[in-house]
This record gives sequence, structure tokens and C-alpha cells, in this order.
Amino acid sequence: MRFSGLRVLKEGLTGNKGWTPHWRDPEPRPEYDIVIIGGGGHGLSTAYYLAKEHGLTNVAVLEKGYIGGGNVGRNTTIVRANYFLQGNSEFYSHSLKLWEGLEEDLNYNVMHSQRGIINLFHSDGQRDAAARRGNMMISQGDDAILLSRDELRKMLPYLNYDDLRFPIYGGLYHPRGGTARHDAVAWGYARGADQRGVDLIQNCEVTGIDIKNGAVRGVQTTRGPIRARKVAMVVAGRSSQVAAMAGMRLPIESHVLQAFVTEGLKPVIDHVVTFGMGHFYISQSDKGGLVFGGDLDFYASYAARGNLPTVENVMEAGMALMPMIGKARVLRSWGGIMDMSPDGSPIIDRTHIDGLYLNCGWNYGGFKAVPGSGHVFAHLIATDRHHENATKFRLDRFRTGRGVMDEEGKGSQHNLH
Amino acid sequence: MRITCPYCGERDRREFYYRGAATDLDRPAPDAGEEAWENFVFLRENPAGVTRDLWYHEGGCGAWVVVTRNTVTHEVLETRLASEARS
Repeated sequence: MRFSGLRVLKEGLTGNKGWTPHWRDPEPRPEYDIVIIGGGGHGLSTAYYLAKEHGLTNVAVLEKGYIGGGNVGRNTTIVRANYFLQGNSEFYSHSLKLWEGLEEDLNYNVMHSQRGIINLFHSDGQRDAAARRGNMMISQGDDAILLSRDELRKMLPYLNYDDLRFPIYGGLYHPRGGTARHDAVAWGYARGADQRGVDLIQNCEVTGIDIKNGAVRGVQTTRGPIRARKVAMVVAGRSSQVAAMAGMRLPIESHVLQAFVTEGLKPVIDHVVTFGMGHFYISQSDKGGLVFGGDLDFYASYAARGNLPTVENVMEAGMALMPMIGKARVLRSWGGIMDMSPDGSPIIDRTHIDGLYLNCGWNYGGFKAVPGSGHVFAHLIATDRHHENATKFRLDRFRTGRGVMDEEGKGSQHNLH
Repeated sequence: MRITCPYCGERDRREFYYRGAATDLDRPAPDAGEEAWENFVFLRENPAGVTRDLWYHEGGCGAWVVVTRNTVTHEVLETRLASEARS
């Protein structure tokens, strides 16, 4: 089934009775060439690009819950390519380019909106850092504009420019950044993978990974054993538990990150805006809710809900930056479980077990990476070689100390990124 | 979340700085080798369930506290001074 304006019109006039499910609900087969553990955004995009780019369709995606029920449906939907360090910058640039052609590619409306991201700065030192970051983004081939305070005032009149403690000096504007509809991204990739023959198997939890003579042979699941030549772990949020089934310990600590949304309001915030003196970022969804978040709760947690001190901290930062936000009522808040890596950058690599691949450690930033991560991970699984835009997300960088990518320069502690 | 400091009693989580897994107490010898040091600095058990981690009572008495707690429910099961937990 293809979506088109004509089709929408026809269905609208005939009672919308012609729509069919977007993907099949197959029984797991006893054997596949490739099994992907994890039907989140990254697992689905990996399956999609395995089929599309490499012609590998004897593939199953195993999801313990339902498609779109994990972090891909619980994030703040921001898409950007404003990274500084080599290793990160070419990868996120690659991912953003995939985003820009995604809707045509998937024949699915993911509501990708390049409304622009503005990172504010509040001191001369921060302005210098923003200018340097902007230059790195431009030399990567992406876009960045350093905005003065006066230019910024015209774009974002509602900010508190003259806060005594954190006056706003300007902002780094990344016009191609923006947001997308998170659920639609999962659904679009699921549909695309399914149409190319990939089996999406929901309510199927992996309970063991079969390894013999140093090579992977398949997995044990709640729906029976499945043999496979290659197994890919793409389970950010539960990476340590799944890797433990293969006897691995990962450089990952899981933390809870909270997010908030207000009641629906008329359009008021046209961009994604981030505060430079407290961890706070905000955008407005197409439904009108203000979607915002801040720091981690700063302790290891799998609870998928946070504690009140962080709620208070985020609200205070929001009030300091844009006092008008105090009039909006918060509708709900939630927590997601983050794979925090020691340098704040992800891991996409082979493991010491033949045929077992690892994709984890997305910290706060997994959503924008969904197309890029799947694309380069599919390349790694299909060819056993790293994609040219993802050569530095190595698992052994912590042991060797080579190529550690600490984007924020905060040190090797998991909860600092 | 509230944490019981062995000196100060039950206190707000905000008074504490979180350091991470209590494996920090098991520092390897300087010449223990790459593997032992990677294990110490970077690799984590990271359990979904009962864990032991290190908290510093920064806004209180300054004690390092080993907290045994559940990462799924946030329930605090036991707290001990790091100096005692180590010996």
C-alpha cells in the first residue's frame, strides 16, 4: 500500500475502509540469516537498510514489547547535526542527510520539521566556544550562523535577555536542525522493513544468546529458539542485560532522563531553543504542547520515572530563560532509560564473538541518530567493515584510550554527559 | 528519594553527590594491566535490580556512603560508611 494525496482523498470519501495494517504479524521462523534484537528506532532502521541497501531480507527483528513502545516513543524528538568532534560530526551530518530524504524514501510522513535550533550563550567565553563549534559544523558541510543579541531578539522576543545572572549574549543557529514525529519514524521504518520482507516479531523477548566455539549461533526467546548466523544487539536502555547473555560487560551505566509536556497552546515557540547556563531545552509540538527537558537525575536507574529535585531544577531553568513559560500548565512528565557511556558517545562495533554486533551507548542523543545509526550498522553487519562515517564508535576505545570522543570535555564518568 | 546517612540519618537525595557503582572501592594495583583498569574505570555490571553505589554527603557531614538500592523501584535497602564497607 502506497500513500499519496489521491489515496487519502479517495479513502476520505469512502469512509476510510480501505486502509490495511502497516506491517504483518508473522510467527517467528526457526532460522534467519540475521536476527536483530530490539525493535526500537535503531533496530528498525537497521533492518530497513539491510534490506534496502544490501538486499538482505532473511532478517527478523525481535521486540520484547511492541513497535514504538520504547525510547523511540518517549523522547523529545530533536534532530540536529551540530557536533564538534571528528567522529561524531561526520556521523550526525550523514544522519541529517538521511533525515532530509526520509519521507520520500519511506513513503511515510514523519513530520520532519527543519525549524532550526538555537543554542544560546551567556558569556564571552561561551560565544568563543559557539563560534568555534559553528566553524566546525560549517567545515563538515553543515550549516551554522552566529547570531548577535540584537539579531536573536528579533527571532526570539520572549526570552529573558537581561537576567542579572545569565544575560543572553547571542546564539548559535543551526537552521537545518529541528524536530520529527517520533512514533511515525518507528512506524515508517517498520512498514518499510516489512514491505521488503523483514519479519517484525513483537512480544518476543530474547532470553539467551547461543554461542559455540566463539561464534554466535542464534538466540533463545520467549517464543522459542531462533537460529541465526549473525545477531545484532540494538537495545539501548537494556544493553547491559542483553550483552550479559553473551558474557560481556559494557562500559554503560543506565540513567533516567525526564521530559515534560504542557497543555496544547497556540504557536509560541517556533524553533528548538537551548539554555546555555542550565540544562534546559524546549520546542513546541505540532499539537501545541511545549516539550522540554533538562538533566539526568544523576544516578543509575531503570525506573523509567524520575525524582522531584530534577523536576524542580528543570522548571527553574525554564523560568530563568523564558518567564512566560510559568503560565503554561504541565500536562505530563515521564522518564526514559539512557545508555550512558563514559565519553558521551555511542558504540557501533563488532564484538569479540564472531557474528555478534553491538549498537549501544546513545546517551541523550539516540533519536536524531535513528537513520544514520541504522544505515551504518546495516553496513557493518552486511560487510563486516565500518561505514566511512562511523569508524570511530569503537568498543575498545576505552581500553586503549585511542579515539575517546568526549564532546563536552567532562571526563570519563558515565553520569557526567 | 531519601538516603539514610550513617551519621546524619534520613536526608533528602539533594544533599548527596552521586559517584557511581561501588566498584570504585576496588581499585586495582597500578601494574594490574589494561584489562583490570578498563574493568575498574569503564566497565559496569549495571544491574536492573539491586546495586551498590557510592554517594558523597556533600551537603551534610562529608561522608562517603555505600548505598544498596534497587534501580527499578528506587528503594534504598541499606547504607554503610564507605570506610566500613571497604574493610
